Amino acid sequence: MHISTDIWIWIAAILTLCIYSFLYKDNPFYKFAEHLLVGVSAGYFFVIYFWNLVVPNLLTPLKNGFGTLFSGGGFTGDLAALVPGILGLIILTRLIPKIAWMSRWAIGFYFGAFQGLTITGYMQAYILAQIYGTFMKGNNPVFSVALIGSFFSDPGWGKILLAVSGPLMILGVICTLTYFFFSKEHKGFVGGVAKIGIVFLMIGFGASFGYTVMARVSLLIGRLQFLLRDWLGVIS
Amino acid sequence: MRRELPLAICFIMGIIMTVQFFIPHRHSQWLFDNMLKWLIIVLTFAMILGIGNLVKLHIQKVQHRRRDWLYSIVALFGISASLITGFGWGIEADSPFMVLFNYVQIPMQATMFSLLAFYIASAAFRTFRARTVEATLLLVAAVIVMLGRVPLEGIVGRWLPDLAEWILDYPNMAAKRGIMIGIGLGAISTALKIILGIERSWLGGGD
Amino acid sequence: MNFYEKFLHIDRRYIFIFVALRVIIPLVWPLGLAVTTSPPVENVYNAVEELAPGTPVLVSVDYDPSTQPELSPMTIAVLRHCFARDLPVIITVLHPGGPGLALEISDRISKEVGAVYGEDYVFLGYKVGSSAVILSIGQDFHVSFPADYFNTPIDEIPLMKKVKNYNDIGLVITMSGSTYPDAWVAFAHERYGQKLAAGVTAVMAADYYPYLQTGQLVGLIGGLKGAAEYEKLINRPDDGLKGMDAQTIVHLFVVLMILLGNIAFLFVQRAKKREAA
Repeated sequence: MHISTDIWIWIAAILTLCIYSFLYKDNPFYKFAEHLLVGVSAGYFFVIYFWNLVVPNLLTPLKNGFGTLFSGGGFTGDLAALVPGILGLIILTRLIPKIAWMSRWAIGFYFGAFQGLTITGYMQAYILAQIYGTFMKGNNPVFSVALIGSFFSDPGWGKILLAVSGPLMILGVICTLTYFFFSKEHKGFVGGVAKIGIVFLMIGFGASFGYTVMARVSLLIGRLQFLLRDWLGVIS
Repeated sequence: MRRELPLAICFIMGIIMTVQFFIPHRHSQWLFDNMLKWLIIVLTFAMILGIGNLVKLHIQKVQHRRRDWLYSIVALFGISASLITGFGWGIEADSPFMVLFNYVQIPMQATMFSLLAFYIASAAFRTFRARTVEATLLLVAAVIVMLGRVPLEGIVGRWLPDLAEWILDYPNMAAKRGIMIGIGLGAISTALKIILGIERSWLGGGD
Repeated sequence: MNFYEKFLHIDRRYIFIFVALRVIIPLVWPLGLAVTTSPPVENVYNAVEELAPGTPVLVSVDYDPSTQPELSPMTIAVLRHCFARDLPVIITVLHPGGPGLALEISDRISKEVGAVYGEDYVFLGYKVGSSAVILSIGQDFHVSFPADYFNTPIDEIPLMKKVKNYNDIGLVITMSGSTYPDAWVAFAHERYGQKLAAGVTAVMAADYYPYLQTGQLVGLIGGLKGAAEYEKLINRPDDGLKGMDAQTIVHLFVVLMILLGNIAFLFVQRAKKREAA
């Protein structure tokens, strides 16, 4: 066991244990660590935004643009950064209640733009490609008569899965979509199809839950690896 | 004009960004490039606004001595420490700012989320009941995936990970695809409503 | 209250202790369970293997410290693989919490393999507005990345002189704890035909199988298990493989908890029915 002598490892370990103390019950150590995290994170984001965004994308082009302008070089494309710069400052008026209404101009600008990008991007990725993929895998049909035929000519567990999986997937997509179609009452034939959709949804959510357990446990493993290895030196 | 002008700007920007996708002309591409540049700059300030609101909230808590105001001092101290180190010494790999990030922010943020591992184990015991056929299906699928995605092949054989992979590749994928198509349709219809000014909640309340 | 009712209402802090022990014990005394690889992870590995040496790879570190224990091991494994194959790496960040993580990982791994900044790899830093940034890379890196993380103009960086947009990039791998892979698929793959792979948290992995089936993603690394598989493929054990024993034990414990909870619930229900009768 080689306990670390690095002060920062000790600080990290103590803060980790402060957060874990919440498992016993809410306490001042946890609250202290939580608020410190909120503060440090907010400051971190501000600094990153400044050095990674404001400086290279706004201040540097404006500096170059005004430098060229005042040295007699005339207007350059760099000065166009003034427009988004002003729009950005207008967003900050949201902090002043009397003129907060002005921020709507800038919000309308970026909100409208992103909605426009969403229409084409999502149509391709979420709808067209997914519908195509439901019936075709590359250039081959998902519902393959050849695969079904090969099962009957040479039966086996592997063959049945191969033959059934494709049609099962098509059925699953159609039934799931039917379940989410609330404009028609889920009765009779539609109700039956929706019920099959629920079966697929439950299997999907079950798979997600299984993976969720995996994810949460992995996060715990990572933290305990830090405590046991970097702090206490119990594992290599 | 306090509501009409923003709606008009939203409409114009929405139409520009939708239509430019179909116009390969260099003027359309020039406009597209510049709009993307501007969007990045404008969004930066939108993010900074969030931080500004947080600082304002904690300062008000301290000023008016509201509940847990002492912890707000801790939060403001944290913000100040990050700002001073970040602007004073820069953001290079060995800077005080990055030391603060690596030894204060990362441990606490990662630990905060790792708490969920304990709660999920507790919830699994206390609340996951196979009361109905659907719930049983969910639990069976979850157990197969949980056991199939860890290295148990040496003990139980390959059938379990193969079954887990099949569940993920077919029934799970079918369900997720149905959800994805639904999300896509919902997102597009919401986008259209916003661009056309039918959905106006983003304007906020007031005049 | 009978035994089963008391069992169902056990103080949850005892469960917390059991969970902690089941992670600590396998970490201290490893079981050495063998990990086998799965097709989604193998496909990412093969996609990197198929690239000719010198072909730039874009690795986007789109996660923050909350998902770092899952995603950093796979990011490190992918970087090691790229450097071993002589593939220059361009690192970008779309999540505001990511720059510090990306900087630390790229700094550490580059020193480990002797990679030279500006020639073997470049760190472009963080930009906000994921879809706008992804689209702008398709036009020209200069649109959104006029300078790198250290504010050096990208025109002065040797690696970036050879790269203008996606046409010059062999593969994009996004490591994400959020919905950034959706944006990469919608805007980089669909619009520019860029080859994409993703490393995601286990929570999200099940949701991305539709993209695998359509080929919108060539491969998927899901969670710590995915990281462990990738480490095995590149023959470089690290945190991913080391965590698998603990992962297995806790999974078995959770399954046992679900079974015990349901069995106890069944007995309690029967006892209640008998009392009612």
